[in-house]
Amino acid sequence: MESLEQIKGRAETAIPGAKIDIVPNPGPANQPSLLIDNEHAPAIAKFLRDDAALRLDFCSNVTGVDWFDRVAKKTVKVKKVVDGEEKEVNQTTEEKIPGYLEAVYHLYSITHKHGAVIIRMRTEDRAAGARLPSLTPIWRSAEFQEREIYDLYGIRFDGHPDLRRILMWDEFEDHPMRKDYVQPDDFEWEPTPHDDVLARAKQHYTPRPELDGAEKITAGSGDTLKR
Amino acid sequence: MSATVETLEAIERPPVTMGSRLEGELLEVSMGPQHPSTHGVFRMNVALEGEIVRKLKPVFGYLHRNHEKIGENTSYLGSMPYTDRLDYFCSMTNNWAYALSVEKLAGIEVPERAQYLRIILAELTRLQNHASLLGFLLNDMGAWGTPLMYAFREREKILDLFESLSGSRMMCDYMRFGGCRVDADDAWLARARQIVDRFPKFLDEFEELILGNEIVIGRTQNVGKLSADLAISAGITGPMLRACGVNYDVRKVDGYGFYPRFKFRIPLGEHGDTYDRLMMRALEMRESVEILKQALAQIQPGPIVNPKVKIRAFRPPVGEAYGRIEAPKGELGFYLISDGGPNPYRYRVRPPSFINLTVLEDLCLGHTVADVMVILGSVDIVMGEVDR
Repeated sequence: MESLEQIKGRAETAIPGAKIDIVPNPGPANQPSLLIDNEHAPAIAKFLRDDAALRLDFCSNVTGVDWFDRVAKKTVKVKKVVDGEEKEVNQTTEEKIPGYLEAVYHLYSITHKHGAVIIRMRTEDRAAGARLPSLTPIWRSAEFQEREIYDLYGIRFDGHPDLRRILMWDEFEDHPMRKDYVQPDDFEWEPTPHDDVLARAKQHYTPRPELDGAEKITAGSGDTLKR
Repeated sequence: MSATVETLEAIERPPVTMGSRLEGELLEVSMGPQHPSTHGVFRMNVALEGEIVRKLKPVFGYLHRNHEKIGENTSYLGSMPYTDRLDYFCSMTNNWAYALSVEKLAGIEVPERAQYLRIILAELTRLQNHASLLGFLLNDMGAWGTPLMYAFREREKILDLFESLSGSRMMCDYMRFGGCRVDADDAWLARARQIVDRFPKFLDEFEELILGNEIVIGRTQNVGKLSADLAISAGITGPMLRACGVNYDVRKVDGYGFYPRFKFRIPLGEHGDTYDRLMMRALEMRESVEILKQALAQIQPGPIVNPKVKIRAFRPPVGEAYGRIEAPKGELGFYLISDGGPNPYRYRVRPPSFINLTVLEDLCLGHTVADVMVILGSVDIVMGEVDR
């Protein structure tokens, strides 16, 4: 199979305006990935699937990742004049990288039996309405998996045919796989029609303490009963 | 204020027409989650026209416990026993897929004997999974009990093997990063050989029981046809993909473990219907028996775990890895991201039976309700893995 640099070069010439970066993977697994820009993502995905040499027709794994805000420290040697003498001094710069949500796709080719090519897309921020283009029209296997990402991470996929919650129930509000998710105090509670009925029943009910005598009854006293 | 009491007669009702056959009218039926042949708690919202399925939406999540979040809050080794609970029929292959991914992530080598033991246990798992699947499928078709008990008789022998090796029949927790937990002695291997040698006899008997059976053929042939193009696009893996005639087996393609050392064939279907999916399991069992015979003959004494792997304070270097194996139900993968800490930063399971359900609606449209159960049975799902 071609190297990622070659794939990147060919894809960028085939799709004008597309921007692809290679994300290195420092670990021993040596699985670097391609970061594709959101605007041209469906076109790039279509290219990867239909290109005769690549034919990445099998999208195996689709998943989300939540990256927090982080600070990347860089140490650069800078020439500085100290006491009239030129010296090399280590200068540390801190760069703040704002957090984002990521969708990762692992692609294989059943035709040529090669892979994996890993592509990823990033949202602009971790806000509630973060959006990405859906790749379900290209690979049907993303259908349930993108729904799962929407359910657990809260990324909205534009162009998905049926974007609903899949594992959590429909009334659930938060996205539990986010790193800053806080568990509710009461797991069991979920709104049911019964709650609405109770609320309506309460509106009709007017307390009649004088008639019922309910207010006056206290445990052990027994006054009201004697009267 | 006027109080009007509506009598029963006063309420207008639509005329009852017993003769109408609900033409064009859809009736919504919720199948499951407590239906006995949904293999757990799985629900399908089905729209029916008479008896024909016109729409089918699967509903998941009844067994959801956010396995992935729990995995991100536990140490790497702490997730190992929890992977048993994913597909609780095949804990050995779940263990292997997870161990393989962590080994990729941390760059760990596995000694030879451990590789052999892994293959032996994975293929035994495939035997018992496929055998019980065929039993369940016949159960769903109305062959109550008997075929299932034949299959369970064989499964029981293999589970006894697992128990004597790992201490547990289903929740084995057997693999470790860089090897296996306990060694198999010669008596165990002899017993395994005996069971493997006798297994083809069961297969002959079972195939004779099902293959020529008129009811099985009538219920499965041309039911739930899946085209190869749709199967590839929808990410279908395992026996279900190969039933459509697509030659793709991770054991051959990736050649993980010591699979390239063994001679075995990949059975392929032709029509992609339920009968082919059923046959795929029967044929795969024969190939598994071949692999097992070779592995049990070749296994040599030696260490079963890589001594360089740290058990305490295990911290893989920063990076990410995706490892996958051919589990009995399809391609089982684990995607792990390490930030250098004791817990994975991201722990993701690629569940084969969840993704194989993507095409359930396409398979069932136009068939009767009774066929839905047979088609679902041939997909081979386990809800522990689907809902995670």
